[in-house]
Amino acid sequence: MLRIIISRLTQGILVIFCLLAITFVLIRLMPGDPFTGEKSHAAHIIEKNRENFSLDKPIPIQFGVYLTKLTQGDMGDSPTREQKVSTIIKHSFPASLILGICSMIVAICIGIPAGVIAALKKNSLIDYGTMVIAMIGISIPSFVIGPLLASYVAMNVPLLKVAGWGDPFDWILPSITLGAMTGAYIARITRGGMLEVINQDYIRTAKAKGVSQFNLIFKHAIRGGIIPAVAYVGPAFAMLLTGSFVVETIFQIPGMGQHFVTATKDRDYFLLQGVVLLFGTLIVLANLAADIALVLLNPRLREA
Amino acid sequence: MPTEKNAAKDVIKGQSLWSDAWLRLKKNHMAVISMAVLALIFLLCFILPAIGNFNAPEDPAIRAAEHWFKNPNYQNLNNTFAPPSGHHWLGTDQSGRDLFSRLLYGGQISLLVGLVATTISVIVGVAYGAIAGYSSERTDSLMMRIVDILYGLPFLVLVILFSLLISEHMKELSEFLINDWKWESVFVNKYANLIPLFIAIGALGWLTMARVARAQVMNIKKQDFVEAAVSLGLKKSTILTRHILPNMIGPMIVYTTLTVPSFILTEATLSYLGVGVQSPNSSWGILLQEGSRYMETNARLLIVPSIVFSLTLFALNFLGDGLRDALDPKASKD
Amino acid sequence: MRLAFILSPALLMPFLSSCDKESPIDKYTEKKILIVGNSNEPAGLDPQIVTGVIESNIITSLFEGLCVQHPSDSGGSMPGAAARWDANEDFTEWTFHLQKNGKWSDGMPVTTADFLFAYERILSPDFAAKYSSMLYYIKNGEKFNKGELKDFSEVGVKAIDDHTLKIFLRAPIPFLPHLTKHYTWYPVPKHTVLAHGTMTERNTYWTAPESMVSNGPFKLETWKFNDRIEVIRNPHYWDADTVKLNAIRYLPIGNKYTEARMFFNDQMHVTERLAPEMIGYCRERYPEEFRQEVYLGCDFIRFNMTLEKFKDVRVRKALSLAIDRQLIIDKVTKGGEEPAQGIVSPMGEYKTAGIAKHNAEQASQLIAEAGYSDSNKLKFTLLTTDRDGAKTYAEAFQDMWQKILPVEVSIEQREWKSYQDMMSKLGYEMTTGGWIGDYPDPTTFLDMWKKGDGNNRTGWHSEEYEKLLGKAELATDPAERIRLLRQAETLFLNEHPIVPIYWHTSVYLLHDSVKNWHPLPLRNQPYKFIDLKK
Repeated sequence: MLRIIISRLTQGILVIFCLLAITFVLIRLMPGDPFTGEKSHAAHIIEKNRENFSLDKPIPIQFGVYLTKLTQGDMGDSPTREQKVSTIIKHSFPASLILGICSMIVAICIGIPAGVIAALKKNSLIDYGTMVIAMIGISIPSFVIGPLLASYVAMNVPLLKVAGWGDPFDWILPSITLGAMTGAYIARITRGGMLEVINQDYIRTAKAKGVSQFNLIFKHAIRGGIIPAVAYVGPAFAMLLTGSFVVETIFQIPGMGQHFVTATKDRDYFLLQGVVLLFGTLIVLANLAADIALVLLNPRLREA
Repeated sequence: MPTEKNAAKDVIKGQSLWSDAWLRLKKNHMAVISMAVLALIFLLCFILPAIGNFNAPEDPAIRAAEHWFKNPNYQNLNNTFAPPSGHHWLGTDQSGRDLFSRLLYGGQISLLVGLVATTISVIVGVAYGAIAGYSSERTDSLMMRIVDILYGLPFLVLVILFSLLISEHMKELSEFLINDWKWESVFVNKYANLIPLFIAIGALGWLTMARVARAQVMNIKKQDFVEAAVSLGLKKSTILTRHILPNMIGPMIVYTTLTVPSFILTEATLSYLGVGVQSPNSSWGILLQEGSRYMETNARLLIVPSIVFSLTLFALNFLGDGLRDALDPKASKD
Repeated sequence: MRLAFILSPALLMPFLSSCDKESPIDKYTEKKILIVGNSNEPAGLDPQIVTGVIESNIITSLFEGLCVQHPSDSGGSMPGAAARWDANEDFTEWTFHLQKNGKWSDGMPVTTADFLFAYERILSPDFAAKYSSMLYYIKNGEKFNKGELKDFSEVGVKAIDDHTLKIFLRAPIPFLPHLTKHYTWYPVPKHTVLAHGTMTERNTYWTAPESMVSNGPFKLETWKFNDRIEVIRNPHYWDADTVKLNAIRYLPIGNKYTEARMFFNDQMHVTERLAPEMIGYCRERYPEEFRQEVYLGCDFIRFNMTLEKFKDVRVRKALSLAIDRQLIIDKVTKGGEEPAQGIVSPMGEYKTAGIAKHNAEQASQLIAEAGYSDSNKLKFTLLTTDRDGAKTYAEAFQDMWQKILPVEVSIEQREWKSYQDMMSKLGYEMTTGGWIGDYPDPTTFLDMWKKGDGNNRTGWHSEEYEKLLGKAELATDPAERIRLLRQAETLFLNEHPIVPIYWHTSVYLLHDSVKNWHPLPLRNQPYKFIDLKK
């Protein structure tokens, strides 16, 4: 087990390195640069600004400079903001983390129970009813659900605010908006997984042996049934942390998701590099966690 | 004696796996309803506008007649936000365009995006994932690390770059098709803009599909019947195609039917960010996004597309469920 | 886990029922904290580095220039860092007498050394300030900035003593006090900046809350990225007694619908703007808080004048005449804007020549004369961005042109940077665009059309035009100057390198507890006079 973890971590570092390198090149291929703006500036000024950020040097050299700084813990300065990239990320990560965790909790609380119930009562009204509710999360985009919740729920419930990230009550509506989508996927996938497992022979055998309904589901079936969901949760969490742009703009949350979009749009090369680095690390860790969980759940895989 | 002979003939004929599945599907009422709903939506979106004039009418007389299903982009700034009437079945939008025809034409694009991008991602993803799942540890690791890298690349950057790079070539291709092969310019232009979008969306989607396929394969390959096949000395490719893949069909179909709506949603979000479907095309995603701006003032512009959108997605989902139940070789015969 | 989730709303019930009657905004009003919607996270707070309105809103509360905007008279200037000022006869030499008790927020005195330092900094070629051109009015300022002059002492700013500053201009500029209100003319604390690096060093982060020192009514307290920026009273400010507010909180809310909702939900005092779709709604529901004021800016459509198809002035004129500007304003932008007949926004004594109008028959006639008809249509692309409403706006033009004229218009939407890039490189055919004025003088709208000016972006230029502008700059009689500028503008408009569409309005919501907030065309209300009373 330990051997696997170490080898995966080493591979992870390689992955992150390739990620950084490819992103580095890709973003410089896009038209415009951090200094293209609404008000145009004299050529010598643009030149000097580019020099400041080493943008006038050939790309391999720029990458080298970036890596050297990185090893010293400096993610660079943002060319479009008077801030260090590390400061920006440090400030926005906590909000994203909280939002991600709360949304995941919402998603799991909606998804797994819904999926299990629907599978058990397959093709009945309960099945259809539960799935219809679960599906709402992926039938209506978050940029519709969010404002709906904000306008009709937050405006009328005193403790909830339409936007902002001040006290824990502010976490509720954004988490529901963001979690609804993931919850829908988890519900579907869990239902599919449970149905697969329920029809397997070993469940039939256990039932014939007289195992109680409760034990049947929670001790035997679930272990196999939630495998697809587990495979999904790892990367899903990473996506939640970084794909929350819409929810962040609707609820005015100072999170990290928006940096992916605004840094791309502003051509803020170093901020984008920074969030890609963070995202890459999260993905590697999330996948590793998911794979470990898979092995724990399915003993047969351990023989690998 | 004659009856026995006939009886034997009937027994030998038997029934194929697929017709078996079809029978089971028909018994699932929700699936049948869903198929009907989807067929209706497809008909409305694709056939109805074709019966009318597919191209924007050139004749000013037709334009002036405001004939709704002939021109979805016909604006009339003097008739904005009109409520439903005999002329405009669902009323008009913020630029005076007929909402019903925008729904139809938008549906074409949304459904197309969903189907094409899903097809790309399924073919590439399942192939990739199955190979990775069944290969040696090292190959598997390498393949999955590549997936990780691709997954980590900033999606928006890729979409912008794709759109720019490909639209250059699309311009050349369009001109070629219009001038040399004499295709209708409106037709070509309409779809030329969409190709980069299909590719960009499909290019992200196959990654998750590959992951799920791989997990499935790894789960199945440990089962006894696979070990039996291996010990029989069957080739790897045979085992994959004849034994493993058929057992994956169930979850793969479910996941595919989940993918179509998710791609339609992705398209909506990209349009929200300004890099999705471009003018003059519109899509359900764009209608939803525009409608959400009028939530307080003209809710009809949001409610109508939302209902159509959700209906389609629900139908896709229940159909997928039905297909999964029908195709599962181990499904109980009750 | 599921059980807890179901129970939690029940646990909230007691809290929901015992809520206060006072809304959140009232609490802030009592504490005299002004909550302002400020569109987006600022690019920075260093007056010599930034270029935008967002930053300006915050910087004008932190720093103070020689003159300060009068709270209600758009043309009035009040004493700021300078207690009084005078000019010579032809407005080429100005003397500013600084406040004797002017201090920085750390207690150090504000002296002419700080001003000289600031001006040298922004004009230093090494510093590469993007907005250095705002100081080109100063004698030899441009030369120094371009590196043609190495010695800053030859630039027209002199310190007579610690509190007397003399500025020598390249030409008569009667509106210099207005210019000094712009943040590019603000002083910076020499001692603080130098403590963090050299004068021209970038990324020194002296503007961080821990180290920022400023001379205005407020000082920087909090700067949380994408969350809020909070400034509090500066006790060392020379006029601290006049300042009523205790703090200002700026919220970077990019989504206009979110901002409107926050206002409805009693979370803020002032919104930055209103989305066009919400304008009618707010006008009806919040008539007291609704504000629609003239804003110094013009929206227009540019022609790429290097293209063959646009060389015929009849084509350009036809495209301009075909637009029904009032309809666009009523149905698309909805902000009660004024149809722009020229480019210079209405200001003071200046009245633009009415050239851009709507006349469909004349438009069809002209384009036919130019040789276009239904069998020979003019085809072009209209470039626009992905910003809210930009598409609807562009589609409205497309529709108007296609209905009246034999043209085929396709719309090309590009995201913001690509759009700017294409405009700068003249890689477009026609494009939407606009310009916001920096100061209340016609030259802010006219100077940009000179040959080689980075903001021109049309490929048009005219020697005659530039001659007129040059003459106007040297004119000593204000009436003569206005006449010459108008002549230049008329020449410009008659050549139709752009199609003016509308003059901006600023549409926003203002809570009724905000006092002393008067409409100003540059939306630069001086915070020192603002008060909050329920």
